[in-house]
Parts: sequence; C-alpha cells; structure tokens
Amino acid sequence: MGMTITEKILAKHAGLDHVTPGQIINAKVDLVLANELSAAVAIKEFEKIAGAERVFDPERIALVADHMVPAKDAQSAKIAALMIHWGREQGIKHIFDVGKGGIEHVVLPEEGLVAPGELIVGGDSHTCTYGALGAFATGMGSTDIAAAFVLGEVWLKVPSSVKVIYRGALQPFVYAKDLMLHTIRMLGGIDGATYQAIEFTGETIQTMSISGRLTMANMAIEAGAKNGIMAPDEKTLAYVRERTNRAFEAVYSDADARYDRVVEIDAGALVPTVAKPHSPENTVPVTECVGVKVDQVFIGSCTNGRIEDLREVARLLDGKRVADEVRVIVNPGSQKVYIQAAAEGILGILASAGCVVNTPGCGACFGGHMGNLGEGEICISTTNRNFVGRMGSPKASIYLASPATCAASALTGKITDPRSLALEPAAV
Amino acid sequence: MLQGYAHTYGKNVDTDVIIPGRYCNLTDMAELGKHALEDLDKEFTARAKPGDIIVAETNFGCGSSREHAPIAIKGAGISAVIAKSFARIFYRNSLNIGLPVFECPEAVDGIAAGDEVRVDSATGTIENVTKGTRWTAQPLPPFMRALVDAGGLRPYVEQRLRERAGV
Repeated sequence: MGMTITEKILAKHAGLDHVTPGQIINAKVDLVLANELSAAVAIKEFEKIAGAERVFDPERIALVADHMVPAKDAQSAKIAALMIHWGREQGIKHIFDVGKGGIEHVVLPEEGLVAPGELIVGGDSHTCTYGALGAFATGMGSTDIAAAFVLGEVWLKVPSSVKVIYRGALQPFVYAKDLMLHTIRMLGGIDGATYQAIEFTGETIQTMSISGRLTMANMAIEAGAKNGIMAPDEKTLAYVRERTNRAFEAVYSDADARYDRVVEIDAGALVPTVAKPHSPENTVPVTECVGVKVDQVFIGSCTNGRIEDLREVARLLDGKRVADEVRVIVNPGSQKVYIQAAAEGILGILASAGCVVNTPGCGACFGGHMGNLGEGEICISTTNRNFVGRMGSPKASIYLASPATCAASALTGKITDPRSLALEPAAV
Repeated sequence: MLQGYAHTYGKNVDTDVIIPGRYCNLTDMAELGKHALEDLDKEFTARAKPGDIIVAETNFGCGSSREHAPIAIKGAGISAVIAKSFARIFYRNSLNIGLPVFECPEAVDGIAAGDEVRVDSATGTIENVTKGTRWTAQPLPPFMRALVDAGGLRPYVEQRLRERAGV
C-alpha cells in the first residue's frame, strides 16, 4: 500500500519505512516556531524541564514578535522582550523583532525557512500555511513547543488524509481565498477535517500562484485539519531555491496512497464568496450579502497580507477614495512586503485612497491592537476567523472575504461584489 | 475524584471565546482564569466554583492553538471538561497542562446546567449525582494514557532527556 505525501514526510522524520493513519510516532523536526504569545508560555515551561538548559539546535528555531508589537502595552512589551532576550541568550539564529520580520507565516516562507519535505511545528495554529510548499506543518500549544525546543522531536498521531481535487480555472475576481472559504463548507464545516490532513490537488492548484497556495493552506485549520499540503512543483522549487540553498527532498503521494475520502470541487463555477458572522463555515456567494453596511475594512494577516494581495487592492483603489463612512486598515504581512509595496507605489495609492497603513504584524486580526472593533460594528476582513469577539467586541460582526471583495466594499462602504466594479480583471 | 456543578455550552466553543486574544499577552493562570469564557458567558467566572465541570457539545476548543485557553479554564477553577468531541490542538494542550478532558456524547446529553457531576479520571466514569445516572467516557489511547499517568508532557520530556544521556 502506497503512502500520501503527509505519511511519507512523517515516516521519514520518524526513521520508519512506512506509517499508517492512527499510528503514534516520534518525529524529528526541521524547524520549531514561536511568536511572543506562545513563546512566553513555552519559555516558562522550558525553564521547568529538568535537564533542559540549551535548545536542541539554535539554527532550527524561529522566534517572531508579531502579535502585539510594536508593543500594545507594558505587558506586551514585557513578553516580547522576554522572547527576544531568551532567544539571544540561547544563540537562536532566526529571531525576527519589530522592523526585521512581520507576520510569522508570511516571514518564514519568504526567508527560505520552509522547504518541501520538511517537518515544521509552530506555536500558532496557522503554522499549517507551510503545507503550500510541500512541507508537513502543524500548530501546537506552548508545552509541546517547549518540548520541541529541548528534544528537536515531537510525538504525533499520523493523520488520515482527505484529498480535494479542484477542476477548472477561477473566474475573474475569484481568488484562492474564495476557493478556500468554499472548501471549508464543502468539507463539512469547521470540524469537517478534524485530526486529518487535507491534500489540495488538481489543475486549479497547479495554475495557482505560490501566494494563493499559501492562502489556502493557511486556512486548513479552519476545517479543523492537522495540516494542509500541496505537492511541490516547478513553481514551488523555483520559489524555495530563490530563498535558500540548503538541500531538501521533495516528496509526493504514491498513486495507490489511501485517502479517507476524496472531494471534487468545480473551481470554475465558483463566484466571489464570503463567510458570514460568526464562523468561517458560514460561506455564501457575495451576492447574498451585497449592501450590508460596514464600519471597517481590514486587509492583511497571514492569510492575505502578501504583496500579491496588496497589489490587487491597490489596483482596485488606484486614483479613488474609500467611502467616508468606513475605516480601511491595511497591515502589510512583513517588512519585505512593506518595502516592496513602497517601491511599487502601493503604499501611496492606499494612503491617498484614505486607507491607514499599519506596520507589519497580526494587528487587529485576533483582537490584538491597531484596529479592534467596537460594540455593534461590522467589519469585512481578509483574515481567517470571524468567531465572536475575534477582532474586539463580542458584539461586533465580521465577514471574511478576498482582498478584492474587501477593496470593493471599501469604495462603497457596503459589502460589494468586486465584479460589479467597472474594472478589467487582473491579468493572470 | 473530580466533582462539581455543570456549566453547559453548545457546539464549536472556540478558543477566541474561551480566552479572547486581548488577554493572550498574560501568562499567569489565575489572571487568565478571571477572563475565561467572558465573551460567551459573562456570568461564568462569577458563577463557577472550584471543582465545577464544563459540559459541551461537539468540537470544543476549535480555532487558535493558544494554550492560554485550557490554562484559563483551569485558572477559573474548572476540574474537567466533558464534550461530545474536542478540537485537536485544544485536546492535546489540555492533557499537556493537566486539565482532564473526557469525550462522552451520552453524558453530554444526560447532564443539564446545574446538575452535580462526579468524574473518576482513572476509570473514565462520569456520574450525574443529581439524576443518578452514569456513563463511561471513551478511554484515552494507550500512549496518551501513559503521558497523563506520568504527570503530563514534562516528565515524558525529562525521561527522553535521561535516555539520551544514557542514564
């Protein structure tokens, strides 16, 4: 019996020839990630482990200050400093403080810290993003991360896999984000793939940009999955080789690999999609929400904070003004994205259109800072979760959508179908 | 023996309502406990007594990997969570920090808010003391059972370190 890409990566890292779903393994990790929130708890735990003085390998740990920086308050400053100082004391190579990094899941692929066939664990649920590059990557809590800091290995239950086959080309103004919101619903909602690996396949994925693939894998956790993964191809290899010269081994599913289920999705038939409050599974065509008045538009996050996302927003807002009644907040995903957006004139376009451009970071996405919602407010956002209280007040409402749908809504102050703008679709 | 009154909730109780992001720069259990579930049930922390038990439908703890979520529940004095099912990361985090969690759909259906509940974590026996009914939770997989019996993840890590050192 053949193995899936997920099973092969896990087997290799456990030193086994073969693994099967449900099996418990001890797997070596190639990289361990933490941000200042998960690191603060993990470091506390690390210090309690008898015999743990040094991390297993200071070159295989990444620490990113991104959630509540530039520090929201004294407590946020304290935990970010704790992480940075501990990291320096441990000699950790990949430390990204304010101004040097950005959002962890935008930064790590960008810096060449993720390669096909690797196994990565992170103290953040959206660690699953890296599956877009053919790696096995999963989020864990701080105690597990502390253990990985020390041991360089984690125990894992091998997940069964769900194969999603996408056919057709996306229509104009329909993007990876729309496709992933739709996929969450098609898989059965926010626990549709709990404990499982989602393997994204088919022609739609093959023609998709790396940026779009990262958007999709990022939200595998929104279906409850352990990881989301895509077979590496020429685009993946080119992206990774531009960023690192270390050796890696691309891994592919066998033709006779076993899947728990196979779901086929006609991507060509999809229209712009939004997830209504208060769950990412409440997805409907944007047409069902058109006209809902919004108080805030948020563009950014590990889901949609890359340069391709900002380019599309700038294209739609160029030379225009956002509606007077709406606040539009843009968080570039990383310092590199910010620099690139500046070089391309995007920051100027956004600022002239009436958007505020924040520093790179997680910001308001998780109710951190720099754009939290007040009671009764409605926001349309490019982020990944719209649970009650996610972006501030528990009495606020969040719609999730693509950067283009958010940009279109910024122009009118109401949820707007981007296809209704008198604009040419982007050249792909 | 874990014993207390039941606080019941629906399905998909996510980590954003268990402990909102705005408190995730805290690390102290008691501090986090003061804000447990406040966006879902404002009265919860005032009502919860030490030993009380949370009873919920499916997919409890979905969303973020924040370990602050089980820490906040523990900090609020809750002795156990019984649910029809748990989200993966929350489940693992709970076992790691020593918050007992039990999967038992029948018990969830048979317990009402305010019922007195007793759980024997060694056998997985769940008893509704108020109604005189009793169920057995799904047993932990053997590997996880061993982790819990050893006292959580830390003793396991320490054992691995000793093995490597050849002690």
